[in-house]
Parts: sequence; C-alpha cells; structure tokens
Amino acid sequence: MPINCKSSCGKKAVLKRPKTGDALCKECFFAAFEAEIHHTIISSNLFRRGEKVAVAASGGKDSTVLAHVLKLLNETHDYGLELVLLSIDEGITGYRDDSLETVKQNRDDYQMALKILSYEELYGWTMDRIVAQIGRSNNCTFCGVFRRQALDRGAKQLGVDSIATGHNADDIAETVLMNILRGDTARLRRCTDIKTGGGDDTIPRVKPLKYSYEKEIVMYAHYKKLVYFSTECVFAPNAYRGHARAFLKDLEKVRPSVIMDIIHSGEQLRFKDSVKKPVRGVCARCGFVSSQQPCKACVLLEGLNRGLPKLGIGKKSKGDRMIANQDREIALRERANLVKNDF
Amino acid sequence: MSAKELQINLEFSAGAELLFGNIKRRKLSLDGTVKWTVASLLKWMHANILTERPELFLQGDTVRPGILVLINDTDWELLGELEYELQPNDNVLFISTLHGG
Ligand SMILES: [Zn+2]
Ligand SMILES: [Zn+2]
Repeated sequence: MPINCKSSCGKKAVLKRPKTGDALCKECFFAAFEAEIHHTIISSNLFRRGEKVAVAASGGKDSTVLAHVLKLLNETHDYGLELVLLSIDEGITGYRDDSLETVKQNRDDYQMALKILSYEELYGWTMDRIVAQIGRSNNCTFCGVFRRQALDRGAKQLGVDSIATGHNADDIAETVLMNILRGDTARLRRCTDIKTGGGDDTIPRVKPLKYSYEKEIVMYAHYKKLVYFSTECVFAPNAYRGHARAFLKDLEKVRPSVIMDIIHSGEQLRFKDSVKKPVRGVCARCGFVSSQQPCKACVLLEGLNRGLPKLGIGKKSKGDRMIANQDREIALRERANLVKNDF
Repeated sequence: MSAKELQINLEFSAGAELLFGNIKRRKLSLDGTVKWTVASLLKWMHANILTERPELFLQGDTVRPGILVLINDTDWELLGELEYELQPNDNVLFISTLHGG
C-alpha cells in the first residue's frame, strides 16, 4: 500500500529521506533538497553577486548534481554568479578520458564554459606514466597532491573568485573519522570548514553540498535523470578511506543521523593554543600555497624528474639524503667524463 | 510464459552492474508457485548471478549499506525492505553509491 507524501501534497511518496526520515514524493524531495543547499549557501555567505565561480567537475555524481543545482539556484534565486566548469585530466586511460565525456555533456546541457587542465601540460607527466615509473603503491599520493594544486592553477587561469567542490556530508564525516584515527589535528581543524583558503594568496574553496547526504544526491541524480560517471579509478582505490566509508555506512544503517552528528562534532572541536598549527606560506619554487618548503607537489615532481619517485613519500630528511646522494653521484660522473674528454 | 512463472525485471546502475557480469538489465522468470520476497530474491541472485565478489553486494542477509534499492522507482525503505513481496512485472533497481565521486 503506497505511503503518502509527508507534505500532504496528495502525491505518493517515493523515498525516505535519511536526513529527516520523511517520506516524500519526487517534487517535494527536489524542493527540499534544493532549498537546503540554498539555505547553506545563503547562511554561510558562500558567494557574492557578480562573482565568477568554478565548479570542480569530475563527471561523478557529486559534481554533476552540484553543477545542476548551482545553475538552477543561480537562476531561480538570482545569485548573479557566472558559473564555469573546471576539470582536471590526470591522464588515466579508461577512467578520466571516459569521465571527461560526461563533463562535456554537462557543459552542453548546462551551457557553461568548460576548462580542462591536464597533468601532462602542468607537470609534464600523466598518471599513466607516473604509475609506469612508480608502480601502484603510492600513486594516490601523487594524484591527490597534483590535483589539489591543479585546481588552484586552473582557477587562477580562469580568474575565478572561488572553486565549488562536490564534497558531500558522507565525505566530510568520513574525513573527520580518518583524521581522528590518524591524529591529524591540522586537517581535523580544517576538514569541516565549508569555506577554506581565501587569504591574499589563495582562491577560496567552498562546499555547497556539505550537508547533503550521499543517498539523497544519488536519488536526486536518478530522479532528475542526470547522467554521471561511476567507475572506480583504475589505479588502486583508496583503501584507508574505504574502511572509514564502510564503517560509516554501517553506523548510518543503525542511526541515520550519525553523518550529521559526526560533522557537528567535528565543527565543535576546539584545540588548545599549545597544539602546533602548520604555518601556511607560499612555495618558493612554484608560488602556490604550502605549509612546506618546497611544496609537496614540487618535491614529488622533482622525484619523478630525478628518477627518485620515493622522494616525497617518506620523511623529508630521508628525501634530502637521497637528493644529496644523487647529486654526489652526478658530480662524480661528470668529473669522470671530464677526465675522459681530456684524452 | 506460463502462469506458474513470476516475471520481474532487474536493473543495476552506477557500478552495481560490475558485480553482475556487467549486465545492466535482466528479465527473470522465477518459480511462480511460491511467494517471493526481496529477501528470497537476494538469495536467488547470490546463488545464480552474483559472479563477482559477493561481499561487495551483500552483507549478511541484506544488501551492503550504500547500495540503494528501488522497486518500481520507489525507495524500498518505504516498502518493507526485505519483506516486500514481489509482484508480476516489478522492476527492482540496485544503485551503488560506493563508486566514484
Ligand atoms: Zn509531495
Ligand atoms: Zn611548489
């Protein structure tokens, strides 16, 4: 027997919202889902009229729904924003090349400009080539570090005021858990922020879907018939996040509010002043924001170019030793060559 | 088609199909002389078509958390989940939320 929509619109309910437990029809669900994102945007002052905003588009469900909802809200509530799509091509055959087709579909469907920036042009390396050199053990480190900076570079090229990313409530709760398990106080402090960066030297990142449940995002995409790409990256999935994710989904089954509860806990955490905070500066080599000198991206890149891919993976002291060793060897070889040329 | 058969449609999307031989749509003819629930359907799927890594689809007697089930485009959470009794020509859709981002 069908259940009626809770908002007594007279229609049949099609889903149970995990966030509230309400049974809603399609139309009332769309309205509630969109209204909450609008509320998040307004109450957190994410945007200002006249701004240009890049939607970080991967072709996956989150960024596809984000682009759709931002375009819709921008029109219905007259935010006065210029929205553009920004995609990063990591150079992963059979994964990114396919998902970029989805992004191009978004570009056509939403009539937004699209900028695709590749690792190849930024760093001179594709992920396919990086994996060929380093194997499959630390490739996610390279990919993650390079992507973070690639988005900043792309945003700078586009001259945008902020970058909107598709992080949803489940992602953020997962990240809170992971940072607690790793004891990473610096990240724990930042990971629930709806807006990060935005000093003189960085382009702010915003997360309009911060309070949107994954189930609702998937249901929204399904009922709106939005096309998205859902294949796992062909290179090893992130195992650690996978565990946090499975754990969280198990908790959610017992208590759906757990996702919000964890986010709120993360937001309420306060650290003593004596807890060391990383100092954010600018990388002397590439000029992008970093709390290390040089930045992680530059170290990883140097490792690749020197043929020492482990350079940025372990401790810095170890990396410095590897560089010193290689420099010494090169110097020796050059001297040997000089000697040979003398004859 | 005999009257002794229960015909239903299965659909898989957003990566769930990868666990079922990469086939997105199937028509099933089940034994119509017995009552079929989602619970018994899942058992049947496990025994017959869940070819890849069952632990990525099932957890205990039910689907793994993170896989959404829609029956005739309605959330199974509104329909009694495992206890729902399948009707002729029902469409059962499994959507994975565990793939991609
Ligand atoms: Zn309604
Ligand atoms: Zn740098």
